[in-house]
Amino acid sequence: MAMRQRDKGATGKETGEIFRVAGPVVTATGLRPRMYDVQFVGEEQLLGEVIQIVGEKTIIQVYEDTSGVKPGEAVLDTGAPLVVELGPGLLGSIYDGVQRPLPVLQKAMGDFILRGLKSPGLTRDKTWKFAPKVKQGQSVVPGDVVGTVQEAKNVEHRIMVPPNFRGGKVVQLKEGSFKVDEVVVQLDNGEQVKMHQTWPVRKARPVKERLMPTIPLVTGQRVLDFLFPIAKGGTAAIPGGFGTGKTVTEQQLSKWCDAQVVIYIGCGERGNEMTEVLSTFPKLIDPYTGAPLMERMSLIANTSNMPVAAREASVYTGMTLAEYYRDMGYNVALMADSTSRWAEAMREISSRLEEMPGEEGFPAYLSARLSEFYERAGRAKTLSGLEGSVSVVGAVSPSGGDFSEPVTQGTLRIVKVFWALDTALRARRHFPAINWLQSYSLYTQILEDWFRKNVNEEWPRLRSWTQRTLQEEAELEEIVRLVGADALPPDQQLTLEVARMIREIFLQQNAYHAVDTFCPPERQFKIISAIKKYSDLGQKAVKLDVPTKDVASLKSRELLTRVKYETEFDKELAKTLAQMDEEFKKLGAA
Amino acid sequence: MPTEYRTITEIAGPLIFVEKTAWVGYGELVEVGLPDGSRKRGQVLDSSKDIVVVQVFEGTAGIDRQSTVKFLGETIKLNVSRDMLGRILSGAGEPIDGGPPIVPEKRVEIIGAAINPYSREHPAEFIQTGISTIDGLNTLVRGQKLPLFSGAGLPHNEVALQIARQAKVLGSQEPFGVVFAAMGITHEEARVFMDDFERTGALRRAVLFLNLADDPAVERLITPRMALTAAEYLAYEIGMHILVIMTDMTNYAEALRQIGAAREEVPGRRGYPGYTYTDLASMYERAGRIHGRKGSITQIPIMAIPDDDWTHPIADLTGYITEGQIAVARDLHRKAIYPPIDPLPSLSRLMDAGIGKDRTREDHKQVADQLYAAYAEGKDVRGLVAIVGKEALSDRDRKMLEFADRFEQEFIRQGSEEDRTIEQTLEIGWKLLATLDEAWLTKVDRKTLEKYHPAHRSGMSGMAPKVPA
Ligand SMILES: Nc1ncnc2c1ncn2[C@@H]1O[C@H](COP(=O)(O)OP(=O)(O)OP(=O)(O)O)[C@@H](O)[C@H]1O
Ligand SMILES: [Mg+2]
Repeated sequence: MAMRQRDKGATGKETGEIFRVAGPVVTATGLRPRMYDVQFVGEEQLLGEVIQIVGEKTIIQVYEDTSGVKPGEAVLDTGAPLVVELGPGLLGSIYDGVQRPLPVLQKAMGDFILRGLKSPGLTRDKTWKFAPKVKQGQSVVPGDVVGTVQEAKNVEHRIMVPPNFRGGKVVQLKEGSFKVDEVVVQLDNGEQVKMHQTWPVRKARPVKERLMPTIPLVTGQRVLDFLFPIAKGGTAAIPGGFGTGKTVTEQQLSKWCDAQVVIYIGCGERGNEMTEVLSTFPKLIDPYTGAPLMERMSLIANTSNMPVAAREASVYTGMTLAEYYRDMGYNVALMADSTSRWAEAMREISSRLEEMPGEEGFPAYLSARLSEFYERAGRAKTLSGLEGSVSVVGAVSPSGGDFSEPVTQGTLRIVKVFWALDTALRARRHFPAINWLQSYSLYTQILEDWFRKNVNEEWPRLRSWTQRTLQEEAELEEIVRLVGADALPPDQQLTLEVARMIREIFLQQNAYHAVDTFCPPERQFKIISAIKKYSDLGQKAVKLDVPTKDVASLKSRELLTRVKYETEFDKELAKTLAQMDEEFKKLGAA
Repeated sequence: MPTEYRTITEIAGPLIFVEKTAWVGYGELVEVGLPDGSRKRGQVLDSSKDIVVVQVFEGTAGIDRQSTVKFLGETIKLNVSRDMLGRILSGAGEPIDGGPPIVPEKRVEIIGAAINPYSREHPAEFIQTGISTIDGLNTLVRGQKLPLFSGAGLPHNEVALQIARQAKVLGSQEPFGVVFAAMGITHEEARVFMDDFERTGALRRAVLFLNLADDPAVERLITPRMALTAAEYLAYEIGMHILVIMTDMTNYAEALRQIGAAREEVPGRRGYPGYTYTDLASMYERAGRIHGRKGSITQIPIMAIPDDDWTHPIADLTGYITEGQIAVARDLHRKAIYPPIDPLPSLSRLMDAGIGKDRTREDHKQVADQLYAAYAEGKDVRGLVAIVGKEALSDRDRKMLEFADRFEQEFIRQGSEEDRTIEQTLEIGWKLLATLDEAWLTKVDRKTLEKYHPAHRSGMSGMAPKVPA
C-alpha cells in the first residue's frame, strides 16, 4: 500500500479543486483524503466533511450555504475528522450543529447567520480554577480524573486523561487558574493533559464495561414514571404527528429529570423553541440541586432553516458531549428533537449522491445509523471505574402521523421505551397525549425493585391495577358504543368512572401549571392510591345497591381532581381522603 | 460584461443544460436570450465543470439550442425600499401597477440567511384579530407563523382578509403593514384581495407580489422569497410590524415537485421532493422577532389542502414547522357558519405566552380551556345521539349538546366586518359557560369563577344552576 501523500503546501496540507457544486454537496478533484475528514471548501473555506470517495472524485457535504461557490475554487484537506472540544464551558452554552457557539456567531456576523466563520467550541477568554486530584509521580491511565473545575454551581467538571492517550507517570502538575487550551498535567511519556480534549463526533467514546440499567431516570411525569418508565442509560422514542407534544415532553424531561447533565439537541426544528428554552430555563430551578436549570444544560440548536449537513452532524455533536460528561461519572440525559429531521438530512444528502434509495427515499443505511446512534446510550463503568450513564430520548416526527414509516419503525426496533403520542388524545387536549394502550417500556420489570424500595412496596401492584382498569375501560367502551352506558351493570359503570379518574386526574398533567408540571414519584403514588381507595370504597358501595351516580357525584371526588394543583398537596390530600371516608360512611360503605 | 454562451445541450421541462461555460457559481442568476429577442431569468441549480443546470423561472417555452445564456455573477436579489409600500409587483418582483420602477435603497438576496436562534426574541405580544375563535381559543402573537388549513371552496381568503383588516396590538401605535404573496391563485381571487386592500386603504401600507394561475409555475418558487425579503427589510430595517399572507402554499409545493421531477430526483411522499420540509422551513422560519429590533414578521400562509386530507405532505410538513394552525372547516361552512373556524383541530402554540394578566385578561386561559373542553364534549354527544338517540342522554349530555349548538351560533359565528374585542369574546364565552352546571367547569378555579362567572358577578349567586342531586 502506498503511503498517504501530502501536498507540500505551506500548511503541510493537501489542496484540491472544486469540480461540482449541487447544494450542500460539493465534488472535488485532486484530493486524497480519508473518509469523514474535514475539508475547507472554496474561497470562503466553508466547513465540510468527506462523505464519499469515487476514484479521483471526493464528495464533500458542506455545513454552510454554498450559494455562489464555483467550480475551480480550492479545497483544503485538514487531514482530521470532525471533532468537538470538550472541557469546562460546555454547560450553559448554545451551539450550532458543528459546535460553533451561537453568541460568538452573533457577535461576529449579527442577527443572521452568514458563513465562513470558524470558531472554537470553548472560549479561550475565560480562566477556570483547576484543583489537581493527582500527585506528582502518580501513574494515571486514560479516563483518570487528574483534577476538577467547578463548572457550574452543582456540576464539578472532571478533567480527565483523554481516552486516546497511553497514560503514564505524572511528571509535572499545575494548580491555579487556566484557560481551556493550557496544559495542566504532563506525563513522563510526553503526553500533555490540557484543560480540554477533543474527540471525533462520529466515534463512540470508550468505556470499561457496560452495565445493566436498573435505576429509573425519574422524570416527574406521572404517565412516564408510573406506567412507562425509562432507565438511566436507557433509550426511548417519542413519535407523534405535528402538535401532539414531542417538544413539550422533551422540554419537560430536560427540566425535571434527575440527570446531572442534560444535552438538548434541537435538530431541524423551530428557532422559537430554542429561544423559549433560552428564556425560560435560566429562571427555573433544578428541583434536585436548587441551581438554575440552565447550568446543567448544553444546547445544540441547528434549526430547520440552518444548513442540513450541519443538522446531520448535530446529533453526533450532542452525543459526544453527553458521553464526555458520562465519562466523568455523571448521569446524562440527551434529548434529540427531532430524529426525523436528522433522517431527512441523511435522505437529502443521499439523494444528492444519487444513491439507490430505500423506503420512502431514505437511504438503505438509515436503520443502521439509527442503531449506531442509540447504541451510544447506556449505563457504564467508565475507563476510570466510575459509574455514569447516557439516556437518550428521541422525538420522531412521522410523516402524516403514520407510525409505519421507516424512521419510526427503524427507531422502534432499537429503543426500549415507546411513548406513543396520539392525535386523537391531543384533539381532546388530553396532555401528555401519550396513548396508554399502545405505549410500552421494556424496563418496567427491571426497575420495579427500585420503585418498591425507594417509593412504596405497593408500586408494582398499583401499577398493574391501573393498567388493568384502563384496559377494561377500552373493552367496556366498545359495549357502551353499541348499547349505551346505562345497560352496563353498576360495578362496570363504576369501573368506567374510575378509569375516567385515572385519565383525568392521574394521566393528564399540565406542563404549564406551576405545581402540576413536576410530580415526584412519592406524590404520584399518593394520587394513584387515593384513586384506588375511591375505587375500592365505591365498589363496596355499589354492592350495597348505592346508585353509581351517587358515588360518582361525591364532593371528595371533585376535590380529588384538584389536589394535584395544590401547593400544599399533602394537607389538601389528607382533607380529601378524610372527606372521602366520611362520605362513604354516609353511604354505608366505609 | 458577462459572456453570452450558445451552448445549451438539453432542454427538459423547466430546466436547461449548458456546457463549456466558465466556472459558474451555485445559485447564480441567469439570463436567457430567446431568438425572438425576449429574455427570461433563471437560476443555477447544479454547477460543474462539465455542465451547468439552470432552472428557468418563466418556463422554457420558446427557448431553443441557439438561445443565449448569460451568467450574471450574483445570486437573485430584490430591490427593496420604503417606496415599495402601496405597490403591486409581479411574482418576480417587477412593478405591474403601471407605476415607476422601484428606486432601491438596497439590493438584498432573496434567499434569506437564517436568524441566529440566539438573536430571536420569544414572541409574546397579543394580536387582536377581532375573530373570537382565534383571539379567544387560538391566540395569534407577533412574530408567529400560523397557517390557515383550508380546502377548495372554503372562505379562507375572506378570513385572511378579515384578519388583515382588523389585526391590531392593543395600546400600540407602532406602524404595521401587509406583504401579500400570491402563488398561482386566479385573477378573480387576486382581485378580491386587491379590491379589499383598496377599499380599506390598506394598500397604502401593503406590498403585493402576484404570481397568478396563468403565470409561470416555476416563478412561484421565488415569489414568496421575494415577499419575505421585502418583509424583512420593512420589519427589521424600517421597524414596521409586518403581516405576511402567502397564498396558496399548495401551488408553491406543486411547483417544487415539478422541479424535482424535471431533475429526476428520488421523490418522497406523493411525489414531493425529500427536501420539501427544509424548503418550506426556509420560508416559514423567516417569521419572528429579533432582540433589539423594532419590527416583526408574522406569517399567515394559506393552503387549500387537497381533499381536506391533513396527512397530505403540504399540510403535514407545514404543521411540523409552523406554530400551530387555524382550521377552516367544511362542516361548519356547510352549516353556513362564518368564519367556519373549528377550534378543536386548531392550535396556537404560542398562545400561552401571549395571554393572561396584563396581556389579555387573567381568566383567558381557563375560559379557553373550558370552552374547548365543553365544545369537544358536546360534539362527542352529537356523535352519540346518532347511535343511541336523544332519550338515552343524561342531563349533562343534553346540556353539553345544547352548549355545542349555541357555541357554534354565538361564539364561532360572527360577521365578516364584526371586530370583537378580546373582552367581548371572553364575555360571550362566559355567557355560554353559564349555561352549564358550575361543578362541570373543572378547568376554572374557584377564584376565577367567583370573579367572572355571570351568576356570581351580577350578585345573583342564588340563581346559579344547581348541581344535580
Ligand atoms: N403536557 C402538556 N401540557 C400542556 N399542554 C401540552 C402538553 N403537551 C403538549 N401540549 C400542547 O400541545 C402543543 C404542541 O406540543 P409540541 O409543540 O410539543 O408538539 P410537537 O409534537 O413537538 O409538534 P411538532 O412535531 O410540530 O414540533 C403545545 O404547544 C401545547 O399547547
Ligand atoms: Mg416539536
